Amino acid sequence: MFENTGEIVLLFWRTLRSLPLAWRQRQKIAEQFFEIGNASLLMVCVLSFFIGAVLALQTGIVLVDRGLSGAVGGLVGISMAKELGPVMMSILIAGRIGSAMAAEIGSMRVYQEIDALRTMNINPIHYLVLPRIIAIAVALPLLVVFSILVGWFGGAVVAEMNGHMAIPFKAFFSDLRDIVAVKDVANGVFKSFCFALIIGVVSCHQGLATIGGPRGIGRSVTKAVVNSIVLIVIFDYLLTRVLLN
Amino acid sequence: MNEPTNNSGVSLEVRGLRKSFDGQEVLKGIDLEVRPGEIFVIMGPSGSGKSVLLKHLIGLEAPDAGEILINGELVRPDEIAGKYRMAMVFQSGALLNSLTVGENVGLYLAEHRLKTPAEITKIVEEKLEAVGLKDASDKMPGELSGGMKKRVAIARALVIEPQLILYDEPTSELDPLSSVVIGEEILKLKHRIHVTSLVVTHDRDLAFGVADRIAVINEGVIITVGTPEEVKHFNDPLVQRFLHADFKRESPKSL
Repeated sequence: MFENTGEIVLLFWRTLRSLPLAWRQRQKIAEQFFEIGNASLLMVCVLSFFIGAVLALQTGIVLVDRGLSGAVGGLVGISMAKELGPVMMSILIAGRIGSAMAAEIGSMRVYQEIDALRTMNINPIHYLVLPRIIAIAVALPLLVVFSILVGWFGGAVVAEMNGHMAIPFKAFFSDLRDIVAVKDVANGVFKSFCFALIIGVVSCHQGLATIGGPRGIGRSVTKAVVNSIVLIVIFDYLLTRVLLN
Repeated sequence: MNEPTNNSGVSLEVRGLRKSFDGQEVLKGIDLEVRPGEIFVIMGPSGSGKSVLLKHLIGLEAPDAGEILINGELVRPDEIAGKYRMAMVFQSGALLNSLTVGENVGLYLAEHRLKTPAEITKIVEEKLEAVGLKDASDKMPGELSGGMKKRVAIARALVIEPQLILYDEPTSELDPLSSVVIGEEILKLKHRIHVTSLVVTHDRDLAFGVADRIAVINEGVIITVGTPEEVKHFNDPLVQRFLHADFKRESPKSL
């Protein structure tokens, strides 16, 4: 999966260089943005609620048994904000949106639509890659903020409803506020921005590198998702290490 | 991108063009010359290197060796699309499936911001009408037949007001009537806008129906170049076999 690192970095650099053209592509950026939101919002909501809920359930009972009920809100809060929100949502978006990007661009490559663009002197990076990368780089951090809030809510609901914990809603959020600072949320949002760039660039690169027919498209989609997820997990560690300092 | 200024066709010259893929030489030193405003047909069997040659001429492939000159000026593959107004009608049409027919036809003008949206709509309607697809503007490419897709691709090429149009197997997968329509479109364009046309095909009827000159290519080598009459009478077994290939129905007794 690392054999194309040079090409991926080059694509990223070319996309960065085409940033001044972003305003011209605003309509396509908006279309992509709404597509990402539309395709993911409900899934993000359900997934985040239950991640927060299971986190409260798994940790809450153990903590309450040891007389640490005041730590449940903080633990759910910080876990959602710094790790689970950004990483889980990025993995979800890699599967949902990264695959769609690779499939769409891959099929355009296979069916010569990209060649047609080039013959019209339309740069595929400006026309296809730039709007997608900007859209995902804006949409994913917003989805992660939403995910963190829903995850906290899920945790709070379970903490209150579970007979063993029975931590009131208000107390849960009061404990959460004591532990979680704005910079923790900002930390998670920044990570998700980096993950969004990874998903966008890797998926667009796979799409553009597609060869063969439908089988080639399938291969590109799989590689886009798998490579994105692997890179997300590796960069999660690296970014966490950097941000801890 | 240079804004369309005049419609005169360009001359094209290819010298010693060579290209290999994975060690297999597909083009083995192609030399040819296309005059301004003529319809030049490249014929040859499947796998002879016709489409690869076409891709070099529009800058989609870079040659291993050789030169391409347009209007006598040496051009690099990556600067062809930017320097000259060229259009290619792909074998599949290569319409963008996510856009409507109208958006496909107006894409060049819209992306290069050469006209206002109202002007683009007008031009798109004109070009679609020119290829007999007046009411297809709001249709999606998936709703069109193969022949209609190719006509939309021609309309998209016309919008560029090209100096050179390249056609890659324009009549493949088409019924004889649609093939005639496409052939007529190619001829009409030559007379209307004096564009230089380069047609790659193995359709003998199309080739001899529209060509000013024909080149026959086989296994990456040009075998002959001449007028249709000259090519028809060119004394080479391979050319004659290709031009007169026909199957013989065996008599029922022998079956």
